[in-house]
Amino acid sequence: MNVWLALQDPNTQWVLMGCVLLGISSGVLGCFAFLRGRSLVGDALAHAALPGVCLVYLLTGSKSIGLFLIGAGVAGLLATYCITAISRHTRIKEDTSLALTLSVFFGIGIVLLTYIQHSASGNQSGLDKFLFGQAASLVFHDVITIMIVAAVLIVTTALLFKEFTLLSFDPGFGRGLGFPMGLLDGVLMLMLLMSVVIGLQAVGVVLVAAMLIAPAVTARYWTDKLGKMVILSGFFGALSGVLGTLISTQQENLPTGPTIVLSATAFFLLSLLFSPRRGVLARMVRFLSMRNKILREDVMQALYEKLEEQTKRRPTRVYYGFSGEHLAQKCGKRASAVRKAMYALQKKRYVTERSRTKEELLWTFTPDGLKEAHRLVLNQRLWDLYHMNQNQYHDLEIDVNQEELAPQLSDEELSLMLAQLSAYDLTPRLADHQGVSHLLQPSNQGGLSL
Amino acid sequence: MNTFLIILTGSLVAASCGFLGCFLILRRMAMLGDAISHAILPGIVLAFLFSGSRDILPMLIGAAVIGLITVFIVQMLNQSGVKSDAAIGVTFTALFSVGVVLVSLYTQQVDLDLDCVLYGEIAYVPWDTWQLGGTDMGPRALWGVGGVFLFSLLVIGLFFKQFKLCSFDPALAAAIGIPVMLFHYLLMTLVSLTTVAAFESVGAILVVAMLVVPSATAYLLTDRLHVMLFISMGVGVLSAVLGYFLASWLDSSIAGAMTAVAGLLFLLAFLFSPRHGLISKMVARRKVQLGEA
Repeated sequence: MNVWLALQDPNTQWVLMGCVLLGISSGVLGCFAFLRGRSLVGDALAHAALPGVCLVYLLTGSKSIGLFLIGAGVAGLLATYCITAISRHTRIKEDTSLALTLSVFFGIGIVLLTYIQHSASGNQSGLDKFLFGQAASLVFHDVITIMIVAAVLIVTTALLFKEFTLLSFDPGFGRGLGFPMGLLDGVLMLMLLMSVVIGLQAVGVVLVAAMLIAPAVTARYWTDKLGKMVILSGFFGALSGVLGTLISTQQENLPTGPTIVLSATAFFLLSLLFSPRRGVLARMVRFLSMRNKILREDVMQALYEKLEEQTKRRPTRVYYGFSGEHLAQKCGKRASAVRKAMYALQKKRYVTERSRTKEELLWTFTPDGLKEAHRLVLNQRLWDLYHMNQNQYHDLEIDVNQEELAPQLSDEELSLMLAQLSAYDLTPRLADHQGVSHLLQPSNQGGLSL
Repeated sequence: MNTFLIILTGSLVAASCGFLGCFLILRRMAMLGDAISHAILPGIVLAFLFSGSRDILPMLIGAAVIGLITVFIVQMLNQSGVKSDAAIGVTFTALFSVGVVLVSLYTQQVDLDLDCVLYGEIAYVPWDTWQLGGTDMGPRALWGVGGVFLFSLLVIGLFFKQFKLCSFDPALAAAIGIPVMLFHYLLMTLVSLTTVAAFESVGAILVVAMLVVPSATAYLLTDRLHVMLFISMGVGVLSAVLGYFLASWLDSSIAGAMTAVAGLLFLLAFLFSPRHGLISKMVARRKVQLGEA
């Protein structure tokens, strides 16, 4: 069936509307659940709703969605209470008490449901549809209910945004400011519960949990701001609702709930891979470029130290630079990696190929390269010194996570450290101001002379 | 006889789940059991579609593979910075959706009712028998569950020390050269196998319940791992037996009733456990207060 044609169908329009609203409200609330580390609470609440709904049906015999909402709400509250009570009063951890409450409530629900099915008047057929979800069966009346609940949820979130932010990040601080954190937590739980209950009918018990989790996790990939995250999450939820509904109209027998969830999962996967800062791809690129940078620096350091050794041993000798193999040996990398780094450095005009022996390329620094290498080596040795004699230096305000040490020091401190460096005979010997660099220039003989 | 077979199957499911569940809750992976039991649905459906039969072996393989994939994905997401609960939630709901879509698209080919998968119909166990060379070998589910139970008993028995150390102190275990990840995946394989062997006959919900509830009960009653394993199995079997009678009294789902009884037993332990129970702690506190006064 054509998508456009499907959209003409008023029934589809209702379903679409219901699913979009569900997507928005569960997306918005899911953010707070996610930040509270309670992503799976939705799952537990959805399962716990079952006995509530069944009991309401047993007691009243009616199938009104409003009554079901109340029943599910009460059962959900009870379940919430059980989860917190079990993990508070025993050594059982939160995840276990969650799983425990979920399965016991659901088991009791199944008992009630089958009891109704086996004993009842045969008019219970809508009950399991309500629980296992069938978006296609949403009618005008249900959509109105969903609309009202979703509106209440979204408006409440907007009004309590600041309080919920506190609750998500620092409840202790919130309590200190005098906010009733316990109450707010309860309100949040109640709202989660409401979004779960209205979601049940559309996507079913298991999948309603997904609608709380997936959009929130997806939104997290795109921003660090809670406000933006909530909006994005609602947006992703709505988009999943639209996409899922449309896909399910394309094929007979394709249930709407799972297609909505799969759309949400697809958005999650795309974000996981491609989001600009936290995405797997972006991180991989960062990692690789970092690795290349470190490799280049190691190679430069190796070349520098090789030159340094040489000048120390035979200050007057003419020499030609070093081959990739030599440097690979010096810094413990593979020769092919060193060669690659050399070509990259050559492009930056830090090194130049001096000459070829029979089979090998010999490398040496350009003046710029020597300056850069001197900086690198000096930095490395200062750090080594700092780490070796940390006790001596604990007055210095040093951020060990920063790459460079020297700019963090005052001139005095620096000259102190430099003096110590030379006491260890670790001062980098080859430096510009010693007039070394011009010696690295190609001479007529094609070699280096000192 | 049928009653006996049903109770036996239920007990075997409860025992093997209860046994593995202890390790799960000690490693704070209770929800992973829930996740696996939902996530293996596509594995089962695919196994149906490929093998064209309801034989237990292809299903076991399909589900175990998907179960391991689930654990693997959760671990991977976790490592790439997704919180572990969110990682579990995203993974299992997505895989479950795939399963539901597959079932819905191939309903004609696959004789697998979704309701049946969730509730399980343990009551049909005695009729679904297995033929070998013309002889009736008894209920298929019983063979499957029993086989997996013995297998996990064997594996855990052989590597009890390793599993124990990995559960309590993975860092130490890694330090003394135990391949922690290997045992992690081994445990998860056992959970997947048990889940699927029990899945068709008793439903996802009983599996999840039996993985968590009896072992949590046992956790409140003892401080020793091997005692915990036995108590957990005992509680599981007791829930299965009592649950059966509750179900036949109410004329309701047997799996559901077994779960409800397990929940009731947990409640008893929660209240009256000699050292960790709510009431006994209250009594102890009262005594202290009286002593001070």
